[in-house]
Amino acid sequence: MESFLNYISSLPGAVAQGMIWGIMAIGVYITYKVLDIADLTVDGSICTGAAVCATMMTLGCSLTVSMICAFIAGMLSGLLTGVFHTFMGIPAILAGILTQLVLWSVNLKIMGLALDKSSAANLPLSARNFNTLVSMLDMNRSLIILEVICIVVIALLYWFFGTEYGSSLRATGANLNMSRAQGINTDLCKIFGLVLSNGIVAFAGALLAQYQGNSDINMGKGAIVIGLAAVIIGEALFGWLSRNNFALKLITVVLGGIVYFIVYSTVIYLGLDSNYLKMLSAIVVALFLAAPYWKKKYFTKPYAEKHKHKEKHTPSLPKEAE
Amino acid sequence: MLYLNDVRKTFNPGTINEKKALCGVDLHLNPGDFVTVIGGNGAGKSTTLNAIAGVWPIDSGEIIIDGVNVGKLSEHQRAKYLGRVFQDPMLGTAAPMEIQENLAIAARRGERRTLRWSITRKEKEEFRELLKILDLGLEDRMTAKVGLLSGGQRQALTLLMASLKKPKILLLDEHTAALDPKTAAKVLEISDKLIAENNLTAMMVTHNMKDAIAHGNRLIMMHEGRIIFDVSGEEKKQLTVDALIRKFSETSGKEFSNDRALLN
Repeated sequence: MESFLNYISSLPGAVAQGMIWGIMAIGVYITYKVLDIADLTVDGSICTGAAVCATMMTLGCSLTVSMICAFIAGMLSGLLTGVFHTFMGIPAILAGILTQLVLWSVNLKIMGLALDKSSAANLPLSARNFNTLVSMLDMNRSLIILEVICIVVIALLYWFFGTEYGSSLRATGANLNMSRAQGINTDLCKIFGLVLSNGIVAFAGALLAQYQGNSDINMGKGAIVIGLAAVIIGEALFGWLSRNNFALKLITVVLGGIVYFIVYSTVIYLGLDSNYLKMLSAIVVALFLAAPYWKKKYFTKPYAEKHKHKEKHTPSLPKEAE
Repeated sequence: MLYLNDVRKTFNPGTINEKKALCGVDLHLNPGDFVTVIGGNGAGKSTTLNAIAGVWPIDSGEIIIDGVNVGKLSEHQRAKYLGRVFQDPMLGTAAPMEIQENLAIAARRGERRTLRWSITRKEKEEFRELLKILDLGLEDRMTAKVGLLSGGQRQALTLLMASLKKPKILLLDEHTAALDPKTAAKVLEISDKLIAENNLTAMMVTHNMKDAIAHGNRLIMMHEGRIIFDVSGEEKKQLTVDALIRKFSETSGKEFSNDRALLN
């Protein structure tokens, strides 16, 4: 009974973590869904955001400045991946892995700065000593602030992807041939998307460091999987709600993140060895990724059968096989 | 309007797969010319169009569009001067975006893309009127995703997008080859209409000799990376498929090697 109460009391924390990772997953959404690039930079850039924020606050910078710098540091790591990918012609996945490796060293160095050492793998950022925006020590306040942040981030992105430049990014992700034929600099769009995405991821990293009270070199391990999980779970469970509206789609991503961490807490409550959690996440993501493929392969009615009654009413142009 | 001076391109030079695709192509198009391009497989028809569009840099020669030497410009920079329709109907439009969003992107070809809203109310009205020209009922489905359209509908939309901001040259790369005959005819009819109404200069690659004769005011035939035959005006109007095949064997000293073209 006691453990059940513990479980219930852990749920607000799961929601808060879910929202932070949901913001991170919005970054993943931009590359994975909009630009059609699987960007592994995020495993490093989330920690870069955390490290920059924690280091700067330890060195006495204000919260605002620290978080802006974390955002910029994330954008720079996205820029590096973008240059690897477009200018140097390295496949996107490999470009992301290379940046991730670069960031491993950079993050150790950054955190070292705060402790006046050549490198550090961990840096505390307790809400007891610092004026942080969110913290697990003050759950109610954190939840409200995170909610506001989610709404602002989603609103800004909704606006951006509705602009001329934003829609050229969407076009780049949808069809490179068409985009170039319409005069869109697709390389620049990819770079910009990676910059924006990793900026958001690093911003989420800065929030995460404040929330959990430290920045750790390992905190980004498997981040891409959690981000993808949030995107995929959100789409699978709440896709019906999004109605092709971009802002609603981003909301489903955050909801997906929340569901992920509630499931995570539940699994721990049920007594699973926490060493298995990463494996479990990977399997869940694999299954969710497979679901649309299986659905298409095994559960789709043949085209002719589905459209039998419609065919008679189609105007002059007959449908071709697609 | 368009000058090609001794344009040459070899793919995979120095390897076992070396392919001399363009071996000195010279061509001059006058404003308003509508040229159909025919030739056997590997003759260099599509390669010529891709060279103009800047899909890859050419080895030597000059490409001048409306007085501008575009040799150094990349594909997206040249897009300012060109409207393009591809053979694959899927290539010309962005499937996950709405019909009106695709048109809005085409409406900004060659312009700076800013942080203004991507489509204005005035544009929506204009697009609705333009879509009516296609006569496919798309004007009532402007917010539908392009991925829901059939290949023929997508190709018709691509045509509209390519001609929306009057291009210096419209490049049609076998744009009806992937469609069934009925749809192909419809798309060709729309092409004719848009080219005539906007008074465009156009190049149309086709495998279909009848189409090549029936459309446009000029016809060129390519073989092994060169233009071997160029007719226009009255002479072109008198052409027949038989005459074209005869002309081909005379000039190239070979049988016309394309079954697909013969059957049409």
